[in-house]
Amino acid sequence: MASLSLKGIRKSYGAVEVIKGVDLEIEQGEFIVFVGPSGCGKSTLLRMIAGLERITGGELVIDGQVVNDVPPSKRGIAMVFQSYALYPHMTVYDNMAFGMRIAKESKEEIDRRVRSAAEILQLTPYLDRLPKALSGGQRQRVAIGRAICRDPKVFLFDEPLSNLDAALRVATRIEIAKLNEQMADTTMIYVTHDQVEAMTLADRIVVLSAGRIEQVGPPLELYEHPANLFVAQFIGSPAMNIVKGKIEETGAQTSVRLPGGNSVTVDVATDASEKGKDCHFGVRPEDLTVTTADDFLFEGTVDIAEGLGEVTLLYVSDIREDEPLVVKLPGIVKVDKGQKLRFAAEKAKLHLFDADGKTYRR
Amino acid sequence: MNPAIQGLITIILGVGGCVGYFYLSNQFLDKVLFPAKGEHAGRNINRANMVRPWLFLAPALLFLGLYLAYPVVATFILSLSERVPGDETRFVGFENYRLMFSEPKFWEAMRNNALWLIVVPAFSTAFGLLAAQLTDRIRWGSIAKSLIFMPMAISFVGASVIWKLVYDTRPADQDQIGILNAIYLHLGGTDPQTWLTIPFWNNFFLMIVLIWIQTGFAMVILSAALRGIPEETIEAAVIDGANPFQIFFKIKVPQIMGTIAVVWTTITIVVLKVFDIVFAMTNGQWETQVLANYMYDKLFRANDWGVGSASAMVIMLLVTPILVWNVMNARKEMR
Repeated sequence: MASLSLKGIRKSYGAVEVIKGVDLEIEQGEFIVFVGPSGCGKSTLLRMIAGLERITGGELVIDGQVVNDVPPSKRGIAMVFQSYALYPHMTVYDNMAFGMRIAKESKEEIDRRVRSAAEILQLTPYLDRLPKALSGGQRQRVAIGRAICRDPKVFLFDEPLSNLDAALRVATRIEIAKLNEQMADTTMIYVTHDQVEAMTLADRIVVLSAGRIEQVGPPLELYEHPANLFVAQFIGSPAMNIVKGKIEETGAQTSVRLPGGNSVTVDVATDASEKGKDCHFGVRPEDLTVTTADDFLFEGTVDIAEGLGEVTLLYVSDIREDEPLVVKLPGIVKVDKGQKLRFAAEKAKLHLFDADGKTYRR
Repeated sequence: MNPAIQGLITIILGVGGCVGYFYLSNQFLDKVLFPAKGEHAGRNINRANMVRPWLFLAPALLFLGLYLAYPVVATFILSLSERVPGDETRFVGFENYRLMFSEPKFWEAMRNNALWLIVVPAFSTAFGLLAAQLTDRIRWGSIAKSLIFMPMAISFVGASVIWKLVYDTRPADQDQIGILNAIYLHLGGTDPQTWLTIPFWNNFFLMIVLIWIQTGFAMVILSAALRGIPEETIEAAVIDGANPFQIFFKIKVPQIMGTIAVVWTTITIVVLKVFDIVFAMTNGQWETQVLANYMYDKLFRANDWGVGSASAMVIMLLVTPILVWNVMNARKEMR
């Protein structure tokens, strides 16, 4: 039973407020990922849950108990740091046993737990080594092992894969996913700026920006139904194409005039009062297709075509003033630079945001 | 000529001479001796690169040899000989050493040096570490640090004069200007004590002076080392439930053990050479003799070059292993 509840959590450093009131309910056993651009406060929020930063305002409840003033070691949490934070002068075994020795556990219990954690993480051959004699991936596994040994109710990960190279990152990510399955009752909170990690690991993603929650939801919901422009552009790579438009017709479906001159009907109901207002029209690069029909969304000139084999990325000018429209076509597509192309997209894949960036609900 | 101008000329000539030596000798090597052109260009470049380090090291090697290596050898020879009337010396083998070893004053100096060797590095390092840790996170920490560091800037003799005043004794019917006696009397002591004449304990009163000086050194080095400890390891220990003492002794101190060893041995070397403090405060009386002062006594007061040189050799023999260990530790730290 380790549910977590954040009620109006705030953090300020002097006059600067970095976390501006976060409300979040986390169920037991959930895998929650905090994502957001750097400086959005995701790590600060995690450190406040860990107890490494004082909470300026609001309540943090773990398991029904307010823990604002409970020291980190008594909160039932364990944390894995980006830089591993292993004790360099202790062997792998001692690193994992340190917390239990401080807690004065019996020798047999310490040994049992260290060995079982080492077994899970395939660290048994390295128990007598010092951290400096391990590779980056092994060090991070030791850090995870140290956390497992604490037998925590809540597992906290602070960008644990950032210091690893690409191949190791994938392998360790899969290991964390497996660990999550093995420890189904343990709540895990994971901070990352890497979308792939967020999308693949999370039960629910929390998108943060400038100290506020933008949206909370399962990964695919965030992808398909972003609550606002920020989430729409943050989730998905390359980012969603946003074009300014004007609402022409309201009703069960909404008609929008695009800067190119043609109108598009979006499968979103709007109130009559919205008529004539400015709006943002969005479509993901991967939802665009090349068309020859007259019923198209955009027409433009291909500036750059990047063939990645798996996909082809087109950067198309003449549609948006400041930046090119990005189109992601599956497979290898032969496109010449300077070629004029028309693009269309399915009606269900179109997004519409009001002038303030909030999504018009379907 | 004005001494200031003389000094200035010396500096200009010295620095200019150094720059000139390195520049011109390098030019000579590259342009005249092994020019990087002609049919042997490649071979010449290789040869020039082989010679260059020696060229640049030559002045240092010359002066170290002249002022360090030669005196060691000369002292060793002196320690094996005896002066005879008529400004001549005679080889006597290890007679000087035998004489010295049979002298109680020498063994007193050895005992005192051993005491200094244990007490001063231990307390300087411990106080330095304590000061470094305690001043680390407070706002006026840097002020405290500069105050603790300040004695480093005072010469040993100056420090001795200051502490002589601390230990000063006035007749009982007068005001005590020595703070130690003032406190002692205030706390109920009956007679003012002449602290520096109380055998055995006076050694510690002298050691305090050196500890007072060296604590600042230890603090500065250890403070830098403490700052170098990754913050995350401390946070991890906090999450593991360690209290501040456990964090200090089980996480921080082990991580800076190498630096502690370097500080400890560096102070040890200073201690082995300690001379000024004893010379200025007691001159080895009242059983406070130390080796360096013993050597000075023999060499320049008794004019006994043989025994004086022998004691110098003993000091060198004691310093050398610690010095080697110190250099090894420092190198390990740098890696």
